[in-house]
Amino acid sequence: MIKKELYKNWYGSGEMNKNLFSRKQLAVPYAIFLLLFVIIPLLVLIYFGFTDENGNISFANFIRFFGSGKTIGTLLYSIVIALFTTVFCLLLAYPAAFFLAKGNFGKKQAFIMMFVLPMWINFTLRITALKEILTLLEGNLAYHPFFNTILCMVYDFLPFMILPLYQALCKLDNSLIEAAFDLGASEFQVFYKVVLPLSVPGIISGVTMVFLPSMTNYVVLDMVYNSTYIMGSLIGSYFSSYDWNNGSVISVILLLMIGAVTLFSGRITKQEQAKRARVLK
Amino acid sequence: MVEGKTMKKSENLIELRHIKKCFDGNTVVTEDFNLEVKKGEFVTFLGPSGCGKTTILRMIGGFEIPTSGEILLNGEDISVLPPNKRPINTVFQKYALFPHLNVYDNIAFGLKLKKLAKREQDEKVRHALEIVDLEGFEKRSIHTLSGGQQQRIAIARAIVNEPELLLLDEPLSALDYKMRKEMQLELKNMHKKLGITFIFVTHDQEEALTMSDKIVVMADGEIQQIGTPEEIYNEPSNLFVADFIGESNIFKGRMVDKKKASFCGAVFDCVDDYEMGTVVDVVVRPEDIEITAVGRGQIQGKILSSDFKGTFYIVFVRSGKNEIEIHSLKNYPIGTTVGLYIAPDLIHLIPYDNSINHYEGVLGAYSEEKGLSVEFEDFSWEVKPEQIFPDATLSGGSLTGKNGQPIRTEGIRIEASFQPSVAQLSDDAKAGVVQGKIISFLYVGDHYRYTVRSKSEEDYVVDDEDLWNQEDFVSILIPQEKVTYRIIPIKSNDFI
Repeated sequence: MIKKELYKNWYGSGEMNKNLFSRKQLAVPYAIFLLLFVIIPLLVLIYFGFTDENGNISFANFIRFFGSGKTIGTLLYSIVIALFTTVFCLLLAYPAAFFLAKGNFGKKQAFIMMFVLPMWINFTLRITALKEILTLLEGNLAYHPFFNTILCMVYDFLPFMILPLYQALCKLDNSLIEAAFDLGASEFQVFYKVVLPLSVPGIISGVTMVFLPSMTNYVVLDMVYNSTYIMGSLIGSYFSSYDWNNGSVISVILLLMIGAVTLFSGRITKQEQAKRARVLK
Repeated sequence: MVEGKTMKKSENLIELRHIKKCFDGNTVVTEDFNLEVKKGEFVTFLGPSGCGKTTILRMIGGFEIPTSGEILLNGEDISVLPPNKRPINTVFQKYALFPHLNVYDNIAFGLKLKKLAKREQDEKVRHALEIVDLEGFEKRSIHTLSGGQQQRIAIARAIVNEPELLLLDEPLSALDYKMRKEMQLELKNMHKKLGITFIFVTHDQEEALTMSDKIVVMADGEIQQIGTPEEIYNEPSNLFVADFIGESNIFKGRMVDKKKASFCGAVFDCVDDYEMGTVVDVVVRPEDIEITAVGRGQIQGKILSSDFKGTFYIVFVRSGKNEIEIHSLKNYPIGTTVGLYIAPDLIHLIPYDNSINHYEGVLGAYSEEKGLSVEFEDFSWEVKPEQIFPDATLSGGSLTGKNGQPIRTEGIRIEASFQPSVAQLSDDAKAGVVQGKIISFLYVGDHYRYTVRSKSEEDYVVDDEDLWNQEDFVSILIPQEKVTYRIIPIKSNDFI
């Protein structure tokens, strides 16, 4: 009886909830938060992106971005950095994730911990440490700006690639691997015919978590004295010279790119997961 | 001689010789497993979960490598060959169909790896689907199939490769009762049609009895009995098999005359014959006991309960100290006194296993103040010198033999034995000399027989009237005066 009343209060049924908050009321703080920190900034961003310095609606910022060789160059350079970072992260993370998920050894949790632990240490600290080591090895960091950037980016983003891959591989039923062996597949065939296709959702979420952030993470470039601009640095430089319009339009462009990629990969992951959920239940 | 060898080669498809398997270096699954399977047989490994049947199957499939011993396929050792190099296919417990491939690609998985021509692939897949009764399912996606259909696809995927041996690891356990019954018959028919040797693993005794040509009953990594379903059911070779396969009444008895055994307080004519005085375990199936009028059977008893089970009643009768289970077509009112009759050929006698409760120990040095101690694997205690050396005399604090020579007791190996009936179980860990977990128990007429396994993996068999549960942690009280000792003679070849 008491339990029933409690439920009624919790789930808001008319008369009983005079003294308690209803569900709607409980949502108010979050609604305010979303409005203040997500919706309004987004609208402001879009407004600035599509107006000129006098407040008139215009596509001039867009045209300027895609019309200038310099900005397009920055976009391409960002993509190249992100591409290299993602590929190296994937190449390093996949074997590690496979080892962690399917390996047969003790102290597994400790190993997983060790891969995740760097995420808990402030990233400027980590990059500074790496920077010192690189200075020791290379003499002057400025000699290899691209290499150093990629190295630091990979170091920074590796755990974000390992975790989703690890989760996807953990979900992969061992009997599927055994079945493939049983049907005559060699180790390599088992990998590319069964393990790889079934870990695609993990690869996609890992790539999304590494590719887009690494396009804008200009702090790393600053720290290793790479003076070439990437998207993040471009936004920063516009904003620091109070050019809200051009800074905003780049943010909008990045937002659209992120949106498109997330939508695309989300759809694939969802399909894949739906399939798996039904089969492996 | 040569001919005999080739004969043997063609007859036994697979042979397991002295297979030993340990996990992580210390968990022993099986110590010495030997089995021969003939070409075309339908063999079932039957046993409770954890008895090692799946591990044996996985070793045949190549998913586990035996610690020692060899697996011969057509006379050739394949024990270290990886699964993809063996002409053996497996149907997995949870089907293990590839979720990213459709039905056709799942079945053709093995054929594609063999680089078969597309037309041949199509033909074989079509034929395999025909065998499992799912024609036209090629394009279907795996997750649109029901459990039973997935099971059939898993079978089709295995048989399409035309393996010499098909391994089935509890393939029906995930299906509902009706579907399971259907698949049992279908699998049996498939086996007949295909002529492939099947090794089937199950813990369901009914399934094993229905399907197999040969059943291998396993417990604790050891084969308990190999035989046809009829042999296993009618002539169980030990109490475990008798208890595990079907229902059975087990009584303690003794041979009193030629083909006459005494149990339940009466003398029964039987067909098995052992030396007079032999202690036997008597196994009688509940459906083999006839309820008659008082005075017409060998014994009589009172009806304790009667429960309807569809085709028969399960009737419990108390006769003396024994509780007897009977499957009867007729219902009897509770409290009625009835006679019970058992026909001679329905009484199965198993000579009492004398190998139980023998433990090796080593004697310590004898001294007057400390006495004589014996060290076993699990415990040590003091023994009276005369229990081991009946002829010895005590003089001046030392033990003297018959010939006047002092006996050096230190290091002498002895064997201690006791009857299950003299020991007792206790839940007070300190009450007994040995502690362990109950790993199995049987109901034997008027009491239970428990097997307790100690930490050092030594098994103790104890009769107790109280009901304990499997996995219960108990200590065993062994009355010292009821234990008999025997000196283990030193083998002459120990010196060579």
